[in-house]
Amino acid sequence: MDPIPAPEIDLISLAPVLVLSVFAMGVLLLDLFAGKNKSGLVFVSLIGLLMAAISSFAKTGLPVHSFGGSYVVDHLSVCFTMIFCMSSALAILLSVEYNKRVKIKIGEYYSLILFCTVGMILLASSTDMIMIFLGIEIVSICLYVMAGIRRDDPKSNEASLKYFLLGAFATGFLLYGMTLLYGTTGTTKLVEIGRLLSTGEVSSSQPLLMMGVVLLVIGFGFKVASVPFHMWAPDVYQGAPSAVTAFMAVGPKAAAFAAFYRVFAESFQALAPSWGMILSVVAVLTMFVGNLGAILQTNIKRLMAYSSISHVGYILIAIIAGNSLGSASLLFYMLTYTFMIFGTFGIIILVGREGEENLELENYAGLGFRHPLLAMCMSIFLLSMGGMPPLAGFIAKFYIFQAALNEGYVILVVFAVLNSVISLYYYLKVIVYMYMKEPTSDLKISMTPITVMVVVICVFATLELGLLPGPVISLASP
Amino acid sequence: MFLTFLTFLPMAGALVLAFIPKEKVETIRQTALAIAVADFLLSLHLYADFDLSSSGMQFQQDVIWIQDWGVSYHIGIDGISLLLYIMTTFLTAISILASWNITKHVKEYMMAMLALSTGMLGVFISLDFFLFYVFWEFQLVPMYFIIGVWGGPRRIYATVKFFLYTAFGSLLMLVAIIWIYFHFHQTVGVFTTDLMLITEQINLNLTEQKWLFMAFFLAFAIKVPMFPFHTWLPDAHVEAPTAGSVILAGVLLKMGTYGFLRFNLPLFPFASNEFFPLIAVLSVIGIIYGALVAMVQTDLKKLIAYSSVSHLGFVMLGIFTFNHYGLQGALLQNINHGITTGALFLLVGMIYERRHTRLISEFGGLAKVIPKFTVCFMIMTLSSIGLPGTNGFVGEFLILLGLFQVSFIYAMLATTGVIFAACYMLWMFQRVMFLELKNPKNEDMEDMTPREMTIMAPLIILVFWIGFYPKPFTETFDASIEHLITRVDPANFQGPPVEHGAAPKVLEFAKLKGDESGNLN
Repeated sequence: MDPIPAPEIDLISLAPVLVLSVFAMGVLLLDLFAGKNKSGLVFVSLIGLLMAAISSFAKTGLPVHSFGGSYVVDHLSVCFTMIFCMSSALAILLSVEYNKRVKIKIGEYYSLILFCTVGMILLASSTDMIMIFLGIEIVSICLYVMAGIRRDDPKSNEASLKYFLLGAFATGFLLYGMTLLYGTTGTTKLVEIGRLLSTGEVSSSQPLLMMGVVLLVIGFGFKVASVPFHMWAPDVYQGAPSAVTAFMAVGPKAAAFAAFYRVFAESFQALAPSWGMILSVVAVLTMFVGNLGAILQTNIKRLMAYSSISHVGYILIAIIAGNSLGSASLLFYMLTYTFMIFGTFGIIILVGREGEENLELENYAGLGFRHPLLAMCMSIFLLSMGGMPPLAGFIAKFYIFQAALNEGYVILVVFAVLNSVISLYYYLKVIVYMYMKEPTSDLKISMTPITVMVVVICVFATLELGLLPGPVISLASP
Repeated sequence: MFLTFLTFLPMAGALVLAFIPKEKVETIRQTALAIAVADFLLSLHLYADFDLSSSGMQFQQDVIWIQDWGVSYHIGIDGISLLLYIMTTFLTAISILASWNITKHVKEYMMAMLALSTGMLGVFISLDFFLFYVFWEFQLVPMYFIIGVWGGPRRIYATVKFFLYTAFGSLLMLVAIIWIYFHFHQTVGVFTTDLMLITEQINLNLTEQKWLFMAFFLAFAIKVPMFPFHTWLPDAHVEAPTAGSVILAGVLLKMGTYGFLRFNLPLFPFASNEFFPLIAVLSVIGIIYGALVAMVQTDLKKLIAYSSVSHLGFVMLGIFTFNHYGLQGALLQNINHGITTGALFLLVGMIYERRHTRLISEFGGLAKVIPKFTVCFMIMTLSSIGLPGTNGFVGEFLILLGLFQVSFIYAMLATTGVIFAACYMLWMFQRVMFLELKNPKNEDMEDMTPREMTIMAPLIILVFWIGFYPKPFTETFDASIEHLITRVDPANFQGPPVEHGAAPKVLEFAKLKGDESGNLN
């Protein structure tokens, strides 16, 4: 018998993961000495994210495969690493003042965000199903804890428990799907599976294989909250602390999409006719359920939850397109989505205050003329999410529609476009409250500086990516 | 550069307003007015420098915007857009002057007005699909706020309806635009959204043309609005503040007709000919239906709103005659409608300010109380009917002249619209201005103030100027109309359809732009 070959170990390509892990553990240790004031931890965490982002450029001559073909550093993973580091940094900044207000005094919070980011990077760089599973678990476990981090708040507990139960369920599906795929192809490596399928060495019409694919769709579907596996999202988004919700809506979702894209668009390309159909139906349903659901909401966080479900539908279109435009548009969408979500949640946090979170739409009545700048920022984010030019959200949608039309998915794009109109309805509803209704409360808002900074960064990014998207589009295209 | 400056001047003005403290209402109003008037006066330069003999784009500017997609900031003006552009700057100034009665959130109002102006101006000069779409959607936002914040009691319903209706139409247009983008790449080999380039070289068969025509048709037909897509219009008009109605009728509706002239006709000439019966039937229905519904309205503003549906039907018919008179009439009627209906909305706004009602039954015998107002109102009513000597006559006459060459039946039916117009307008005029002065509330109404006279004066001058001597206006259209007629003439596109890929002009977008940038105006 041949000795089992030891896979080559390439620690440089793991650099961002290693750096972040060290920092995450460092934050945990520092917390012991930090006492009541957590701002030191924030600072260290941000440095860690910055270092990780820089170290993701350590590898040149992309793509570099390492660890026996189970880990890759390529254009997609580097870009996603950037997005993750940025979104985690924004999440940390958003948390600083919010956590003080809602009395989350746990230093582990920051280290959890870092660990979660580690998981996200792994997820975006894995080319082996076992690695993908590990990545998903690292991310999910961190999120379960973060959703329930307000131990005294029953809503937060509920969110955490719900998320945990359904998440564990979904992981089961995912794992089962992976097992079936392993059973039919004999390997867990995505590149290998892709090769076997495209050369026809493994017949792509095997029922077990198809079942595996369907189970993977279900598993990923849960993670990104696509219909019909979206039920957890509104409750969890509503119950989790606002800063965590924003974090959850962006980074982990982007990571799941990265893996989704890698698995489906890259290795299952040969099966595209069959999963393309399934995913198209899922995408259309996701958009409709998300948008129609959002219309009925009166709570801003629930509204955002449904809106984020509908965005999942649009993003799925990028995966269905599966071409190079698809990956570029996926990156661009996730980037703009990061800014839109953090900006919106920044404002949601600002409108709240100690003791009352002011999460009902009525609390926004009259904001337009009491706090014109704040309301203008909110309007920019909402209109951008609705896809109004010349804002970032429009460019992102345009990009995705381009990718899909290039592959001839006209009907799919028409559905997406119809949904854009529906989505405008509820985004406009928030604007109606802000500008066209009389205030019901005194609308005292304390402009806490760091949160305001996050909002300002996001507004600039939303405008910049809308007016001058050229450079970023060049970066996103492989 | 000059065109860019003119277009973004109002937007820059809006930013300046943002720095004026909101308590200084009078300063804000005057600044806004000064900017709008300056923009109008400067835009007259375009008319002075316009080369009447050229059908091409003038005052062009072409800068690469998004290199990877082949999107550029390409603007320019030709005979079709010149007067619409100037009318937009003109009506913006008029509307701002007419908004002195706005007392709530004046600063935000004026900012919205100026931003709206930039959005509208951008629509008329964009020569790039992407850029056009950006402006087309962008102008919705300030209008949405103008109706929604400063409008009447059902303003929220009206403004959301207005917004969604228009957005719905234009999003399908977006799909068509991206489709054309890829099609153009497949056949010609270059990724670009440049309208001029695509119009010149695109190669579509009839089926493709029909589908694309429908997608653009929906966007523009909603905006015009053509029957049966008109239902947003009465709501939006009734709820909008006076200036909002003026802009809505004067400029926003014209974007629809402009879209047909700029996109549907030159891009899909085959389909345009094919769809003539559909357009003609819808337009004739619009003319007659609009007129009949206008006749039974009890609200003055709603009456004028429905009359717009009727008038715009004429414009649409004129466009689809594809002959010189028809197109000339349509383009002129575009301007006429902006002046006349804009003026009527202003006048209705004035009596609404005094009496806080627009119900026809509340009035009667006003001629005795407010004679100056009555004269203005009469001029505009007659212009709306199309009495010889007013602008309305010239436009409608030219359209009907063109139409009779194409189809006797449609022309006959459309002519009844003129008669109906006389019915509902004169009947309304009679009930409001004549009869006996029964309602005591009307007895001490104040006649027009100097500010109101200032607003009306230029409009009245224009009514008679176009009525008696339309040449300075119509001659701007001629070269572009000729070009367009050649483009949609069936003789020019019959013959074997060119195979896809037969014109392998593989061009690099950047290089292409580089070549053209040398001869910019």
